Amino acid sequence: MPTFTLIHFQFLCWAALWTVGLSAIAFVGGGLVGFGVALARISSTRWVRILATAYIQVVQGTPLLILLFLFYFGIAIVGFKEVPAIFAAGLGLTIYSSGFLAEIWRGCIESVPKTQWEAAECLSLSRWQRLTRVILPQAMRIATAPTVGFLVQIVKNTSLASVVGFVELSQAGKLVNNSIFEPFTIFMVVAAIYFVLCYPLSTWSRSLERKLNVGRR
Amino acid sequence: MTYQFDFAALLPYWREFAMGVWLTLQLSFVATVLGFVLGTLCAIGRSDGAPWVKALVACYVEVIRNTPLLVQIFIIYFGIATLGLHVDANVAAVLALVVNVGAYTSEIVRAGLESIHKSQLEAAECLGLSRPQTYWHVIVRPAIERVYPALTSQYVLLMLASSITSQISAEELTAVANRIQSDTFRSFETYIVVGVLYLALSFVVRIAFWLFGLVVFVRRRKLGTAL
Amino acid sequence: MSAVVSLTNVEKSFGAVKVLNGVSFEVARGEVAAVIGQSGSGKSTALRCINALETIEGGQIMVCGHAVHDPKLDKKTLRRDVGIVFQSYNLFPHLTAEQNIMLAPTCVKGIGKAAARDLAREVLARVGLEAKADHFPEQLSGGQQQRVAIARSLAMQPKLMLFDEVTSALDPQLTGEVLKVMEDLARGGMTMILVTHEMAFARKVASKVIYMHQGTVWETGPGAMLDDPKTPELRAFVGSGL
Repeated sequence: MPTFTLIHFQFLCWAALWTVGLSAIAFVGGGLVGFGVALARISSTRWVRILATAYIQVVQGTPLLILLFLFYFGIAIVGFKEVPAIFAAGLGLTIYSSGFLAEIWRGCIESVPKTQWEAAECLSLSRWQRLTRVILPQAMRIATAPTVGFLVQIVKNTSLASVVGFVELSQAGKLVNNSIFEPFTIFMVVAAIYFVLCYPLSTWSRSLERKLNVGRR
Repeated sequence: MTYQFDFAALLPYWREFAMGVWLTLQLSFVATVLGFVLGTLCAIGRSDGAPWVKALVACYVEVIRNTPLLVQIFIIYFGIATLGLHVDANVAAVLALVVNVGAYTSEIVRAGLESIHKSQLEAAECLGLSRPQTYWHVIVRPAIERVYPALTSQYVLLMLASSITSQISAEELTAVANRIQSDTFRSFETYIVVGVLYLALSFVVRIAFWLFGLVVFVRRRKLGTAL
Repeated sequence: MSAVVSLTNVEKSFGAVKVLNGVSFEVARGEVAAVIGQSGSGKSTALRCINALETIEGGQIMVCGHAVHDPKLDKKTLRRDVGIVFQSYNLFPHLTAEQNIMLAPTCVKGIGKAAARDLAREVLARVGLEAKADHFPEQLSGGQQQRVAIARSLAMQPKLMLFDEVTSALDPQLTGEVLKVMEDLARGGMTMILVTHEMAFARKVASKVIYMHQGTVWETGPGAMLDDPKTPELRAFVGSGL
């Protein structure tokens, strides 16, 4: 009976790189889309706001697992027969992240006092200038901590990419388990690797939050 | 794009879908109630317990919050088996969800506990309330009222995350969907239907929490504070 | 024993700062004592020590027969006899005025709900707020909240009431209604100790004025002593305050 060895551990570490890579894709993609949605959410045009709200509601109201299945099967339908799993996984996680990041960032933008908008308006800045020169720089300071916090969610949720066959850390765990069947040991190691990836981010997010609170006092 | 959508092929399965929705609701309900109890106890332990209790709770919360639910589910499911016990996938699923959401609940409730001003405790103390009485009437109840919106969001997320328990073949909506799509080969349609069902469920859960809040938190109802 | 409260050489420090440096005074039954002095003179701390909210390092405090300085003090029985009202009201925001008042009688004294409600109505009537029983604190003005807080203490039927700068957070208009309630209480024979900045009120209502300075009782006497201060410090204080 084969047991858990260094080779398996190396395989898991290699797969962890894919977890990091997939997280990066989801964060960058989700960030770009989410920023657009956040702006749409505070748009001065009513229907744009409604559309953005609906988007956020749908994304936040559907399990990521189902989103991944939808993209996995959906891409095949659109005509790409042999899609690499990373494509479906990346797309699903991007959409998922965008829905949550949009809502986080909207909150941050709206937490900048209304008087700042008014002050900027009285200086005859355009709406875009008010946003980019006055509001966003302040909102970004507030947004850093929750954004880093959400990064932890992204890293953890890449584990679901395993359901569409993408070999990241969790899927690698399953593969190793198929060959040596020591599920408890293997998934404890997998969990430990996730912890090593996530814990520094969590700590960082908390310290950012503390700094911000001190600065505000 | 030449794909022909065929939702009609799923019609004969409506009973299964309905059953899946019901199972997911049950699973989420049990996990929410138990997770809330566990989380609240942990929050109290962390903010007011002996040093070793604080350390223990802190470890638990950090470990759970920094590892994926999927892996937690595997560990609990296979871990129980490793102990030589045979346990139903549904029981393992509930257990994993409770352990998971308990950690998040404890952080939310703790934030609520910490937001209660010290002067409130003094006032209760000066009125002669005992420690448990003070804890219940002056700290825990208002703290939970204060963080109720955050708890609502967390439990909606829990309901959605319960889909992940399909990975150990626990009986719920996603597992049902997986079965139907392999029967019908209408994968895309199946997951669209299931996606819509989850969306509906998340609204239902939100509304249920809102109604519950109206009953429990009289002040919010009277002052019209949004929940 | 006529003294309801007696402090003897009470000492208390916060870190390196000596806040109470041998404080002694007595308050007899039915007496209304006004403790005055600059901020930092230790008057609020003295009041908090009387109710065992702070532990003292030296001296003795006797309150209604309880040895407050004793480490074995049963705080619960002490607090059945002593009511306190805070500067920041400290009402429980999630409970209505009536529920705020009912909480302690039901929890501590085990009074039934219906009886507690009657009691709440009665004390609310005493502070002129029977119409606000179902209001939550944030629906009430500052003065009304403070009157509810007074009613909440009264409901426990204390033998002694402490008031810690209860009007300092209120604007002058609202101050009046709270002082009126306190004056009624004093007339009803309640033993009261109040830390206050309201010199006119102290002069009019207090049977005893205690001027604290640098952590000690600097000068004490009847309300009229404010018109004829003996020490230069009190003279300066009265002069600056009014």
